[in-house]
Amino acid sequence: MSLIEETDFGTPRSKSETMVTLTIDGQSVTVPEGTSIMRAAMEAGTKIPKLCATDMVDAFGSCRLCLIEIEGRAGTPASCTTPAMDGLVVHTQTERLKKLRKGVMELYISDHPLDCLTCAANGDCELQDMAGAVGLRDVRYGYQGENHVFAEAKGEANAAWMPKDESNPYFTYDPSKCIVCSRCVRACEEVQGTFALTISGRGFDSRVSPSMSESFLGSECVSCGACVQACPTATLTEKSVIEIGQPEHSVVTTCAYCGVGCAFKAEMRGEEVVRMVPYKDGKANRGHSCVKGRFAWGYTTHKERILKPMIRETIAEPWREVSWGEAFGFAAGKLKSIQAKYGRDAIGGITSSRCTNEETYLVQKLVRAGFGNNNVDTCARVCHSPTGYGLATTFGTSAGTQDFDSVEHTDVAMIIGANPASAHPVFASRLKKRLRQGAKLIVIDPRRTEMVDAPHVKALHLPLLPGTNVAVLTAIAHVIVTEGLANEAFVRERCDWSEFEDWAAFVSQPKNSPEATAIMTGVDPKDLREAARLYATGGNGAIYYGLGVTEHSQGSTTVIAIANLAMATGNIGRPGVGVNPLRGQNNVQGSCDMGSFPHELPGYRHISGDAVRESFEALWQVKLNPEPGLRIPNMFDAAIDGSFKGLYVQGEDILQSDPNTSHVVAALSAMECVIVHDLFLNETANYAHVFLPGSTFLEKDGTFTNAERRIQRVRKVMSPRNGLADWEVTIGLGKAMGFDMNYAHPSEIMDEIAALTPTFAGVSFAKLDELGSVQWPCNDKAPEGTPVMHIAGFVRGKGKFVVTEYVATDERTAPRFPLLLTTGRILSQYNVGAQTRRTENVVWHDEDRLEIHPHDAEQRGVRDGDWVRLKSRAGETTLRAEITDRVAPGVVYTTFHHPDTQANVITTEYSDWATNCPEYKVTAVQVSPSNGPSDWQKAYDAQARQSRRIAHVEAAE
Amino acid sequence: MSADRLIYMANQIGKFFQSQGHDKAVAGIAEHIRKFWDPRMRKGIFAHLDAGGAGLDPNVREAIETLKKA
Ligand code: SF4
Ligand code: SF4
Ligand code: SF4
Ligand code: FES
Repeated sequence: MSLIEETDFGTPRSKSETMVTLTIDGQSVTVPEGTSIMRAAMEAGTKIPKLCATDMVDAFGSCRLCLIEIEGRAGTPASCTTPAMDGLVVHTQTERLKKLRKGVMELYISDHPLDCLTCAANGDCELQDMAGAVGLRDVRYGYQGENHVFAEAKGEANAAWMPKDESNPYFTYDPSKCIVCSRCVRACEEVQGTFALTISGRGFDSRVSPSMSESFLGSECVSCGACVQACPTATLTEKSVIEIGQPEHSVVTTCAYCGVGCAFKAEMRGEEVVRMVPYKDGKANRGHSCVKGRFAWGYTTHKERILKPMIRETIAEPWREVSWGEAFGFAAGKLKSIQAKYGRDAIGGITSSRCTNEETYLVQKLVRAGFGNNNVDTCARVCHSPTGYGLATTFGTSAGTQDFDSVEHTDVAMIIGANPASAHPVFASRLKKRLRQGAKLIVIDPRRTEMVDAPHVKALHLPLLPGTNVAVLTAIAHVIVTEGLANEAFVRERCDWSEFEDWAAFVSQPKNSPEATAIMTGVDPKDLREAARLYATGGNGAIYYGLGVTEHSQGSTTVIAIANLAMATGNIGRPGVGVNPLRGQNNVQGSCDMGSFPHELPGYRHISGDAVRESFEALWQVKLNPEPGLRIPNMFDAAIDGSFKGLYVQGEDILQSDPNTSHVVAALSAMECVIVHDLFLNETANYAHVFLPGSTFLEKDGTFTNAERRIQRVRKVMSPRNGLADWEVTIGLGKAMGFDMNYAHPSEIMDEIAALTPTFAGVSFAKLDELGSVQWPCNDKAPEGTPVMHIAGFVRGKGKFVVTEYVATDERTAPRFPLLLTTGRILSQYNVGAQTRRTENVVWHDEDRLEIHPHDAEQRGVRDGDWVRLKSRAGETTLRAEITDRVAPGVVYTTFHHPDTQANVITTEYSDWATNCPEYKVTAVQVSPSNGPSDWQKAYDAQARQSRRIAHVEAAE
Repeated sequence: MSADRLIYMANQIGKFFQSQGHDKAVAGIAEHIRKFWDPRMRKGIFAHLDAGGAGLDPNVREAIETLKKA
């Protein structure tokens, strides 16, 4: 194994299809028009010396090191800013150039510290490399002149010197090493789109500074790391590199946080991670990352991680550490005796959207074939199950239609109920880049999100009242149909025409007009009409949506309404358009694909289908139950009823993430055996009898599938600290129950998946190693996968229009609960926060806050930062208020990353009509001043402390 | 499982199909319940139907009747 070195071509790739041919150092080179001479040379294998150019950002031409000579032209132009043209004859190395370059380097070095041996970038510094490349041997000016290097000069303080900025927890900024190449500034603008850095001053005085000379932490910087990657020197350096040293080998793997699925190089020394660097060949992220994947991986070695299996008879007892064998035996014994006593259907399992496809597949296999029922569900239940239902109904398959590259061809992006800048940051950066090139943005969200407020982005924002998505989307359809903007040619060719006519007649009814629905939705009809026209006629229209769509009692209806819009306007089946669910967790897509839902086998095939079931029965050698099993909320109801008694939960904290916490507590308390398989003693574990320690994505092999259906490898870079990878744990539990599953490696599990699932037929670890990634469907018809779906026809044949009647949620405001609470996420924390709370990311978000409009706050006598009591019909909690007009009057908003807040104590059991996906996004609440934690919070905390005790017994040896 | 909860869920399904007209609605509701409800939930709603079926919307009631006969 060695360090993967990616070629830096110096300037970005040109997308032109016209080719030009030129001669560089006597070699003929053909490149797309618009390619820089620097890049053309690199493609021919010639590395022209450079400092200020790197291929992640546009060339700037400031360092003057990359000079070349062109025959017939005077002067020595910079190769990074000079485009290749037909017939040019270029020389990259001449006596004149050599001299000029030496001179440039001499100047740089005379104002640079000479502590190379002890510098963190030693061995990974472009300044050092260039000094070597140009043959610099001495510096005539000496080091004593005006400089930025020394704090003192001749006994006096040096005004040009600046101290290190170590405020960011993950990287440092050492101005004394800065060569003012502006790569970081351009990376922050062009790649990340945050515009946090500027170059202040001119000439010798010019310095990089975060916004108005603030510290990095105090600035708008979102700690994505792009500037650190771009920096050619040690000026911006990861603290982990400073601490550990340069890595010696690297392995490509996939981020385990969000559904963007960024590819990273895990750069290692032995089994220690030195840093995670986004991988340029990663097709989802194209070399970019966010703070979570780039930096927040320290939870792997966090001291609170549980590494030994533990059991207990009752949750009143402390945990007892045992061997794997004893834990498996104990758990299996309990599950089997429950089945003997209460029936085969009294137990079930929950698969994880954080684990690999292979692990998820095994858990559902264990439930269906080992437990003998179909009581298997996954955390996607509480996020994207309506996507599955809605898109399967209309298009015929449960997945987003595009790849992320598609956004580069989008003219109008419509974001509904999603805040990609926080939850899918790398996608947001790619979208913002497109918006800066002129694409238009429509945002439908109750809150003015970071996307609306992003620098250099102008959005048409429709701030609707929570719970009125269907009314708004149907009104958009009303405008499109009644104003004659529908794409009838597309509909006639691709969709069922009579269903379209029914739908068109329905949406055209006056009651669905923007004017008529405005009183329910709160959206200005003028803005809504403008948005509808823009989406229908503005060129390639793409819809991106998130949990603000699905987590409603009409979640599935909203997904259908979205699909209707895309079909009616012909925005489906080519790059730049489509319907794109932004999946929450890293492997939500995969866990759904792998048959985690109680009614369907892998590949979205209903369990009642005889032929499909028989194919699994033949391979698994068991008879399968043809009846659908319980969904998570049904499991809870059944537990309280006494017909459901045992649950195996892999990698999911249902107590913290599911709605109406006290209901979940009651359900878990009613069970006789709860098995939690996770990294930490999460909240669910407070009610568990068996704890099986889990492994992190760094410790196992497998695959994740991101929001674009892209299957990517997860590669093991260190041995599991808990001893077993998660797939091995599931096998162990199955074996103890008398159900054998035999695999030597996860690749064998994927082979089984491929053999049983037509859309995965062409997938194998060998193919993934070869191609990097593939998007399913991947089979004989599409051996390299399918970036864009429904190109020639819909998966189901004709696209299906379905009428979407708006039904107001039963969760309504009333005098006692006059405000609507909606929930969301922020960038630095991830979901229930189990991982990110155990990293330095807490510096950005150490508690959940309640956003409230100044008007509502004033009425209640609440000041910014005050403790407030948040109360709904389901329960109450306390947290601190943040007064902001990002939310409209009547709406309050919070995140749910911290267990102390327990926002889900507040949320109710209302759920999507089709899938029972909980309605997190609408809860009627009251807010009042408070002076500290509620009784419930105190009682909860006491129980949690009690329950987390571990009895450390001396080993009997 | 508590009858109230099952009735609520069934009626919620009914509301989605309502605008599709009686025949399609009844068929749609029945199919949805058959495909997504676990046997104990269906048994629960059948039992409620036998006990008079109070609270079920007309289309929903009819759908559950057809389902029960099937
Ligand atoms: S870390 Fe990212 S956001 Fe922060 S300054 Fe660097 S590029 Fe900009
Ligand atoms: S911090 Fe690094 S990337 Fe930024 S200007 Fe200085 S040397 Fe260049
Ligand atoms: S959390 Fe998402 S956006 Fe951030 S690095 Fe990981 S996959 Fe990429
Ligand atoms: S690399 Fe071309 S001017 Fe700096």
